[in-house]
Amino acid sequence: MEYFLQQLINGVTLGSIYGLIAIGYTMVYGIIGMINFAHGDIFMVGAFISLILIVTLGVTASMPLALLILALIAILIVSMALTSVWGWTVERIAYRPLRGSFRLAPLITAIGASIVLQNFVQISQGARNKPLQPLIPGGFTLSEGAGESGFIVQLSYSQILIIVVTTVLMIGFTTLINKTSLGRAQRSCEQDRKMASLLGINVDRTISLTFVMGASLASVAGLMFLIYYGVIDFYIGFLAGVKAFTAAVLGGIGSLPGAMLGGLLIGLIETFWSGYFSVEYKDVAAFSILAIVLIFMPEGLLGKPEVEKV
Amino acid sequence: MSAQSESRFVSAVKDSAAGGLIALALFSLMLGMKAEVASGMGGQLGIEYRWGAVAIAVGVVFFGRLILNLFVWKAETPVTGIAAGLMPKASSFSGLGKFAMPVFLVLAVVLPFLLMSYYGASGSRRYLDLAILVTTYVMLGWGLNIVVGLAGLLDLGYVAFYAVGAYSYALLAHYFGLSFWICLPLAGILAALWGIMLGFPVLRLRGDYLAIVTLAFGEIIRVVLLNWYDFTGGPDGISGIPRPSFFGLEFERGEDGFAAFFGLDYSSVHRIIFLYYLILALALVTNFVTMRLRKLPVGRAWEALREDEIACRSLGINTTNTKLTAFALGAMFGGFAGSFFATRQGFISPESFTFMESAVILAIVVLGGLGSQIGVVIAAVVMIGGFELIREFAEYRMLVFGLLMVGIMVWKPRGLISTRTPSISLSGKAKGISADLVQEGHG
Repeated sequence: MEYFLQQLINGVTLGSIYGLIAIGYTMVYGIIGMINFAHGDIFMVGAFISLILIVTLGVTASMPLALLILALIAILIVSMALTSVWGWTVERIAYRPLRGSFRLAPLITAIGASIVLQNFVQISQGARNKPLQPLIPGGFTLSEGAGESGFIVQLSYSQILIIVVTTVLMIGFTTLINKTSLGRAQRSCEQDRKMASLLGINVDRTISLTFVMGASLASVAGLMFLIYYGVIDFYIGFLAGVKAFTAAVLGGIGSLPGAMLGGLLIGLIETFWSGYFSVEYKDVAAFSILAIVLIFMPEGLLGKPEVEKV
Repeated sequence: MSAQSESRFVSAVKDSAAGGLIALALFSLMLGMKAEVASGMGGQLGIEYRWGAVAIAVGVVFFGRLILNLFVWKAETPVTGIAAGLMPKASSFSGLGKFAMPVFLVLAVVLPFLLMSYYGASGSRRYLDLAILVTTYVMLGWGLNIVVGLAGLLDLGYVAFYAVGAYSYALLAHYFGLSFWICLPLAGILAALWGIMLGFPVLRLRGDYLAIVTLAFGEIIRVVLLNWYDFTGGPDGISGIPRPSFFGLEFERGEDGFAAFFGLDYSSVHRIIFLYYLILALALVTNFVTMRLRKLPVGRAWEALREDEIACRSLGINTTNTKLTAFALGAMFGGFAGSFFATRQGFISPESFTFMESAVILAIVVLGGLGSQIGVVIAAVVMIGGFELIREFAEYRMLVFGLLMVGIMVWKPRGLISTRTPSISLSGKAKGISADLVQEGHG
C-alpha cells in the first residue's frame, strides 16, 4: 500500500509535466491539424534556458526561501518569454510558408525543425548531460515505514511545487481559452479558418499565438523537469515529446481537458509500469499505448470523432 | 534617391532590425552562454560566455534579411527574377534522368578500378569503404522512396526494418550457422513480414498519425533489441558475424581462397571490392523493381494514393492493400540492406539503429525529391559522401540535414528534382512535367 501511494505521487508529478507539454500538441493540432514534431524539442530548449538562467543567477538551495521563490518565478517568466520566441520562430520559418501545401510537407519540415533544434543545442551546449544540484530538497514524510513492508512514503517539496504550478497554470489557461477574446478567436479558427478570417480575425496571428502559448507552457514543463530530475541533455525532448503526444492522443487530440487527463494517465501508467513490471520497457509501454489508442480509439477519451470532409 | 525608394530603404532596415532582435532573443542564451561542468568546481555547472558567436549570428540574420529585403522581397525588380531567366527551366531537368542514369551507372561499375589505378590497392580502401557506405544509403533511400516518395506514406521508423534485416542475418548465423546467401532472402522476407505485421493495423490511419506510430514502432524494436540481453546481446550487440563468400570461395589467404582460385595475389581489398559490387547489385535490383512496379497497376495506385486518397477510394482502389504492398516492399529492401550492413560490419548493436538513422534516410529522400530515383543518388552522394570527406564538420551534419529539410520543403515542397513523368501516356511519348504544375490533392 505504501509502495502504491509513492508510485501514485510520482506518477501524478510526471503526469503534470507530460500534461503541460501535451497542451502544446493538442492546441496546434486543433488549430492547424498538424503534429508539431518540434514541440518536444521546444520543451528541451525551455529546460536549457531555465538551466542557464539558474546557473547565471547563481540560484542554489542555500538561498533564503523568499529569495529562492522570487528567483524561480523570475526565471520562469524569462524562460517562458524566450522559449516562446523559439516557438514563434519555428512556426514562422517552417510551418507558415507551407500552409495549404501538400499534406506531407509541414510534417517533413516539422521533423527537420526538430532535428535542427536538437543538433543546434547539442553543438552549442555540448552533448554531455548537465547535472544540477537539487534546488528544492526535502519534503514531507507521509508514512514512516510503519506498515509490514517498512516502505517510507515521501512527498517532496519539488513534487508539491510541480503539482501546484501545473494546476494553477491549467486553470489559468482554461480560463484564457474559454473567457477571453483571444480564446474565442482561437476556437473560431479551430472550427473554420476561412470563416474566421472573413469575420475579421487575424488567422496568422492567432496561429502564431497558439504556438507561443504552447511553447511557454512547454518551457514551464522544462523548468519543472529540471527541478524534478536535476539533469538534462539535448535529447530529452524526443522521448518526452513522444510521450506527451501519446498523452494528447489518449485524451483526445484537440481537447484541452483531454490533454491534461491524458498526461496524468500516461504519467501514472509509466510509473506503475516501471514500479511493478520493468524499468527497461517503460518506453515500450508508452509507445504501445500510443499505437493501441490510435488504432482502436483514434478520437481518444474526450475528443470528438473526426469527420473527413472532401 | 526618390522619396519612395527612401521609405523602402527605411522599412527594409526596420524589418531587418526586428529580425536581428529576434535572433538576439533566440541566441543570447542558447548560443552565448554554455552551461558546462566546470573543472575544479566539484562537478558544478559553470557558464562559458561566447558573445562573439551571438554577434555573428545576429549580424548574419540582420544583414541577410537586409540584403533580401533590398534586392528581393521589397525590390521593384527582384534579383531572383533576373536570375530565374538565367537558370535552366524546370522542364529541362526532365531529360536529366535519361542521361544521368547511364553515366552514373557506368561510373559506379568502374569506380573500384578507377580508384585502384589512382590510389593503389591499399590507398583506395578508404574511398571504397566510403563508396560502400554511400551505396548503402542510396539503397535505403530507394527503399524508403517506395514508401514515402511513391505511396506518400511518411515512415519515420524505416530503420526498424534495417535493424530487422541486420539482426535476422546476425542471429541466424549466430544460432544456426547459416550463410549470408541463405540469410539474405530470409532477412528480406522477415523484414517484409514485420512490415506487414506492423503496417496492417496502422495503415488505416491518417498520414501524420501513421508517421508517429511508425516512429513508435521503430523505437519499440530498438528498445527490445537493447533489453533482450539473452537473445540479442543487448547493448553489447553481436560480433563475429560471418563474411559473405563468392560462390563458396572465401576471401582469405590460402589454397581455396578467392585469390588463389583466380590466380591473383592475395589482397584484403578484394573483399572490399566484392562488398561494393554486392551492395551496388542490391541497390540496382531495388531501383529496377521500383521502376518496373511503377508501370504496373499497383505502382500507379501508389502514386494516385499519394496525390489524393479520397479520390482513390472513390475509384475503388483498396487503399489499405495498396499501402500495405508499398510498406512491405520498402521494408523488404530495408531488410536486404540491413543484412548487408551486418555482413559488412561484422558487428551490430542497437546503437546503429536509432531514430537519427531514420531521419538521415528520410532527409536523403526528401532532399532528392520525393519519388525521384536519381535525386536520391545525388542526395546520398553529396550528403553522406561529402560529409565523410570533410570530417571536421561531422558534428554539423545533422544540423545541415535538418536545415536543408526545412529549406527545401519551404522552397520547393515537391523536392529539388520534382518532375513527374506519367507512368503511361496515350501517344507513347511520356514527357516529364514539373511538379509545380501538378494540382494539389487532399488525403
